[in-house]
Amino acid sequence: MSTRADLRNVLTNRSFLIGAIITLIIAIMAGLSFMWTPYNVSALDVVAKLKPPSMTHWLGTDHFGRDILSMIMVGSRASILVAFVSVAIGAGIGIPLGLWAAASGGVVDEILMRFNDLVFAFPALLSAVMITAIFGPGAINAIIAIGIFNIPVFARVARGAALSLWVREFVLAARAIGKDEGRITIDHILPNMANVLIIQGTIQFSLGILAEAGLSYVGLGSQPPMPSWGRMLFEAQTMISLAPHMALFPGLAIMMTVLGLNLLGDGLRDLLDPKLRYMR
Amino acid sequence: MLSYASKRVSVGIVTLLAASIIVFAVLEIVPGDPARLMLGMNATEDAVRTLQEQMGFNQPLISRYFSWLGGLLTGDFGKSYTYSVPVFDLIKERVAVSLPLALISLALSTVIAIPVGLFSASRRGSIADTAAMGAAQIGIAIPNFWFALLLVYVFAVMLRLLPAGGFTGWENGLWPSIKSLILPSIALALPQASILARVTRSSLLDVLGEDYIRTARAKGLSRRRVLYHHALRNALIPVLTILGMQFSFLLAGTIIVENVFYLPGLGRLVFQAITQRDLIVVEGVVILLVATVIIVNLVVDLAYAIVDPRLWSRR
Repeated sequence: MSTRADLRNVLTNRSFLIGAIITLIIAIMAGLSFMWTPYNVSALDVVAKLKPPSMTHWLGTDHFGRDILSMIMVGSRASILVAFVSVAIGAGIGIPLGLWAAASGGVVDEILMRFNDLVFAFPALLSAVMITAIFGPGAINAIIAIGIFNIPVFARVARGAALSLWVREFVLAARAIGKDEGRITIDHILPNMANVLIIQGTIQFSLGILAEAGLSYVGLGSQPPMPSWGRMLFEAQTMISLAPHMALFPGLAIMMTVLGLNLLGDGLRDLLDPKLRYMR
Repeated sequence: MLSYASKRVSVGIVTLLAASIIVFAVLEIVPGDPARLMLGMNATEDAVRTLQEQMGFNQPLISRYFSWLGGLLTGDFGKSYTYSVPVFDLIKERVAVSLPLALISLALSTVIAIPVGLFSASRRGSIADTAAMGAAQIGIAIPNFWFALLLVYVFAVMLRLLPAGGFTGWENGLWPSIKSLILPSIALALPQASILARVTRSSLLDVLGEDYIRTARAKGLSRRRVLYHHALRNALIPVLTILGMQFSFLLAGTIIVENVFYLPGLGRLVFQAITQRDLIVVEGVVILLVATVIIVNLVVDLAYAIVDPRLWSRR
């Protein structure tokens, strides 16, 4: 397939386009927050507290009179960082483990998967709460806590997908022409499961954003004075009848980020999976 | 099949034992001496030492582990350091809130998601499919505790239909208790249902692209029969995986959502116990949840074998 046809596919894929635009906006917002925000997020202005959205404060102010738009901009950093690194940890360790287990079978598979089951048996948020409670709250411990949970998820999904591919005819054919397990894994197994992994990756990324928000909502994520979306929602909770806008916008920010990433992942899936493309 | 099942069960037991060692070890390294915490800052050294002996803290690690494990098996989870009541009773009380919450959410999400996924896959590309999957995209992106806050604002603050939080207890009538679980379970179910609907759809579409589906259509079977008889059965494998994952996610997810609604469930129990350094309660709750997850995964694996015999005959 030529580059021009590829480009046309990219430009006509709605999910990919919308997702890419949203993700780009969030990324620009996070980048911009390092250089400029409408207001200083650590400046308190009690006179202007709990103001609904207006021309001076686009998204209103919180109970300390801080500008919510500025806080959302700065808060995006913690979300993106925690989610990205924890997915990288999970995929980087989990996928090779899952592929190895599926390719080797027997004892290797057994040991790896039992070890996986063991980590997997600890519910993500519960372990995250435990880890951050023991080692102290903060962004780095949140990354480790979420990342550890991502490993068995990727390993399990990779192994499951690989196992169902190992019984297929084209793998048998590859064996017949003398390819070894490693070669088959790289040439045939991995490309054929890319869509499953991409979908899982986007789910884990969104879960990472959501988990970070959840952890900071209960006070275990990145710490004050650094704004975070989760803690903004926690602070909004007690003000919900007075200032519902405080609860609305940080949640929307989380939703848009997750939505953008998921649409991007979906679009990539359509673009990367030739089988689906021919079916259209 | 039987030998496969018995093998999986014994593996499950070994995993459980390993998990119990991890839980015990992790909480051993948490700083803070429970005996000193229970007696307060002004306690004398003697008093602390006596209590340590009473509670068995001066015994070697291994014998403490085994007495803890032995207790777990007989339903004796030890005594809470802060409340001085059996941990088992504390947990029992809280499970009566968290388990119904998780189960209602799981039922709610499954009942919504599988028909939607099936419908969308069978009408791929239609407006209905696009609308359903668009809604699912948004559903996945909504954090459950934010959704919970919005539900509180609409149904409790504005409409005053349902309680904003709290729990009256099952003994004070079924309806008030269920009423206080409605908003939390909706909040928990929405993202789960969205994920499940997407997985069901995409898994069905993957299967529908297979050669044997074309063969089945080519030999004259109706679309319906192919969909329900050939495709759904094979498409259920990833759906089952996600369902298994979701149950543990729901159980843990209650931790956060319980905080929004001030529900006295396992999540809030763990939080309080962690801040009070009531380790024996933390150990009890964690090992209980972990055991639940292991058992659910075991059931999912056995279900795999029933749905797809290829997976176990290969071994």
